[in-house]
Amino acid sequence: MPVSTHVNGAKIWQLRNRNQTLSRWAGYLAAVAIFMWCWQRISEATTWFFVWDAPRIAADIGSRAWPPRWSYMDKLWGPLWDTLNMATLSTVLALFMAVPVAFLAARNTTPSALFVRPVALFIIVATRSINSLIWALLLVAIIGPGVFAGLMAIAFRSIGFCAKLLYEAIEEIDEKQVEAITATGASRWQVVAYGIVPQIMPAFAGISVFRWDINIRESTVLGLVGAGGIGLQLQSSLNTLAWPQVTLILIVILLAVIVGEWVSAKVRGAIM
Amino acid sequence: MTAVTLDDRLGRSWQKPHLIANPALRWGLFIGALVYVVLAVGSIDINWSRVAEGLSRGWAFVTAFFNPDFVSRGGDIFDGIVESVIITITSTVVGIAISVPIGLGAARNIAPLPVYLVCRGIVALSRALNEIIVAILLVAIFGFGPLAGFLTLSFATIGFMSKLLAEDIEEMSKVQAEAIRATGSSWLQWINYGVQPQVMPRLIGLSMYRLDINFRESAVLGLVGAGGIGATLNTAFDRYEFDTAAAILLIIIVTVMALEYLSGIIRAKVQ
Amino acid sequence: MLQLKKLTKTYRTGDKALQDVTLSIPKGQVLALIGPSGAGKSTLIRCINRLVEPTSGSVILDDTDVTALGSGALRKMRRKMGMIFQEYALVERLTVMENVLSGRLGYVGFWRSFLRKYPQSDVDEAFRLLDRVGLLAMADKRADELSGGQRQRVGIARALIQNPRLLLVDEPTASLDPKTSRQIMRLICELCAERDLAAVINIHDVALAQMFVERIVGLKAGELAFDGKPTEMSDDVLTTIYGEEDWHATIRNVDDEDTDAEELVQ
Repeated sequence: MPVSTHVNGAKIWQLRNRNQTLSRWAGYLAAVAIFMWCWQRISEATTWFFVWDAPRIAADIGSRAWPPRWSYMDKLWGPLWDTLNMATLSTVLALFMAVPVAFLAARNTTPSALFVRPVALFIIVATRSINSLIWALLLVAIIGPGVFAGLMAIAFRSIGFCAKLLYEAIEEIDEKQVEAITATGASRWQVVAYGIVPQIMPAFAGISVFRWDINIRESTVLGLVGAGGIGLQLQSSLNTLAWPQVTLILIVILLAVIVGEWVSAKVRGAIM
Repeated sequence: MTAVTLDDRLGRSWQKPHLIANPALRWGLFIGALVYVVLAVGSIDINWSRVAEGLSRGWAFVTAFFNPDFVSRGGDIFDGIVESVIITITSTVVGIAISVPIGLGAARNIAPLPVYLVCRGIVALSRALNEIIVAILLVAIFGFGPLAGFLTLSFATIGFMSKLLAEDIEEMSKVQAEAIRATGSSWLQWINYGVQPQVMPRLIGLSMYRLDINFRESAVLGLVGAGGIGATLNTAFDRYEFDTAAAILLIIIVTVMALEYLSGIIRAKVQ
Repeated sequence: MLQLKKLTKTYRTGDKALQDVTLSIPKGQVLALIGPSGAGKSTLIRCINRLVEPTSGSVILDDTDVTALGSGALRKMRRKMGMIFQEYALVERLTVMENVLSGRLGYVGFWRSFLRKYPQSDVDEAFRLLDRVGLLAMADKRADELSGGQRQRVGIARALIQNPRLLLVDEPTASLDPKTSRQIMRLICELCAERDLAAVINIHDVALAQMFVERIVGLKAGELAFDGKPTEMSDDVLTTIYGEEDWHATIRNVDDEDTDAEELVQ
C-alpha cells in the first residue's frame, strides 16, 4: 500500500503503486482486445440476415412444435429402455476399468511413481478430454451403429472421470489404518482389502451414482451420431422436420434427466 | 436386549453383519438387480461379425495415434481449432459476466425471494438441457456457424457458474459481511467489500475450470453445425481418415492438459 | 527376548532419528520409553517391526535377525509382534469383530480374509479377547461408533489375537482422558503379565509410566539417556532428558493423584 506525496504536500494513499496500476490496465486492455478480435471473427462467420430473422423463425418453429404429438410416445418406450441400459451398463463397465487405473494413479498405491503413474494419468486425461459424442463417433465408425457402440462410448468417457475422483479419494485415506494392518503381517492384497478399500467405499458409491446421473444425460444424445437410444428418434424427427415429435422427445429427455438427478441425489444422501 | 455371554458366542460361526438387515429386502434387491442386468444385456443385440470386422479398423485407429497426420488437412484443422478457441473464449467471458448477477440473485442469503426464484429457474433450465440439444435448436433458429456455438456454451456456462457461485455465497462467513454492513455501506459497497473478497478465489478457479469444459464441449458442437473443430473431426471419421482424426484428438488432449496445468497454477496463486 | 544392536536411523532429510541405540529386553519385561517429542521414540518402535527401515544396526528377536529378513519372512515375523497405536488406527468403517480378526491376517490366506471366513478357532479367540477387554456386546458395532477408550481396547485385542511374543505400543494414551489412560495402561500391563509378554511402550506421560512399568528408558535426540527402575527417576534424570524445569512438583503430584484415582475406582 504505497503512500505518495502530492505536490502540495498532502499524502495520498493508493491500493497499488504506479507500475502495478499500469501493468494492470495493460492486462485489461489486452483482454478486451482479444475478446473484441474473437467477437469480430464470429461476426464475420455469421449471416446476420438469419440472426435478425431469428425471432420470426423461432416463433414459426414454436407454433409448429406445439402441441407435442403424444401418440408418438408408443414408439419411444423401446429407445428409452435402451437409453437407460446404456447409462447403467456403461457405468458398471467404466467402474470395472476405472478401479485398477485409480490404484495405479494414486501416489500411495502406485507400484511405480516413475513409470506406471504417468501412464495411468495419461489414460485419465485422454479419456476425460474426449467428449462421449466423439467416442461414439469413433466407435460407430469402428464397430458399427447401435446401442453397443453408445455403451462403449460412455464407458470410455467415464473411465477418466471415475478414476480421477477415485484416485483422489485413495490419496486422502488415513495412512495410520494402513500402517496398522501392515503391522499385523498382512500381505499386500490384504492390506488393500482391509486398510484401503473400506476407507474409499463411500467415495466409490458416491462417484458411481454421480456418474450414472451424468451418463443418463449423455446417453440421451448419443443417438445423434448413430449410437442408439432416444437420440436416434430425435435425429430422424429433426431430419423430417417433425417438430411436434421433437417437442415430445425433448420433454421425455428432460423428464428422464430430472428423474435421474432425483434418484442420484436420494441415493447419495442415503450414503453420506 | 439381553446381555450376551461369552459361552453364547464360543463355538458358533461368525458372519459379518449384512448391509441390509432384512433378508427379504436384501434378496429382493439382489434378484431384482440380477434380473435387470440379464434383461438389459439381453436387449443389446451385438452384431459380432460386424464387431470382428471393425477390430481391424480399430487397430488402424490405434496405430494412427502413433502416426498422426497433421498435414494433409492442416488448413481445415487449423481453422477448426481457431474457431473452437474463439468460441471457448467468448462464451466463457460472456457466460461468466452474465452468471455473476444471476449467481448473486440465486443466493438465498442476499437476494429477495422473487429474484431468487427467477434466477434459480434460469439455472435449473440451463442445467437440465444438454449442450448438444441446445445447439441443435439454436442452429435451427440462427443458422449454421459459430454464433450458435457461442450462444450454446454461454447458456451452459450460466447454469454451471451461477449455481456454484450461489452455493459459495450461501456458505460464506456471515461475520465478515455483517461487519461491512455495520459500517453503513450501500448494497453495492457491501457486495464489493463483504462478499466479493470471500468468493473471488473460488470464482477464478471455477472460471478456469469452465474454460477447460467449454473447450472440450466446443469440439463437439461442430457435429450439429454450430462451428468449431467438430465438423472437421466428423468428416475425418466419415472418410475413415483415422490419421487426421488422431491428429485432431491429440491436439484436443494436449490443449486440455495444458489448460488443466495452467488452471492448477492460477488456482494455487489466488488461494 | 529382544535385542537392539547399534540401531541407527537417518531420514532422507538428514535428520538423525536414532543413533547407536543398544538395548536388551528379556522375556516378559514391560519397558516404558520416555523422551521429548522428536526424540525418536516412534521411530525406534517402528524400526523394530520395520514399518520404518533402519539405516544400520540390527534387531534380534529370539535369535532371528529381523533386519535381515526378506519381505515374506518379514511378514511372518510381524505376526509375532503385536502393535498398538496412538489414536487407535482401527479401520473405522469395519466392525469391531472384523478389526479384531484383522490381527489374524498374517495367518490366513487372501480369499479367506476377503470373504471373512476365518477358522473357528480364530473366531472363538476373538470373542474370548473381546470378553477379556469388556467389549463382547460391541462385536458387531462399527469401530467409529465406539468411544476412545473402547477403540483402544479393540486395538489391544487386535494386537493380542496375533499371539505375539512382543508388544509394540505407541503412545497408547495420547488421545485419552486421564482416567481412561490409567485403565488402558493397567489393562496392557495385566495382559502382558498374564501372557508373559515383553512390551515396549512409548509414552510421554512420565508419571503414568512410573506407575505401571518395571523399567524406564529415556531417549534424547535419538540416543539413550537413561535406563533404570521407575524408582531411580529423579529430577536430575528428567532434566537431562527433557531440559531444565521444576520437576519436583510433577512427580509429587502424580503420587497424590494416583491414590485419589485408586479410591475413585474402588
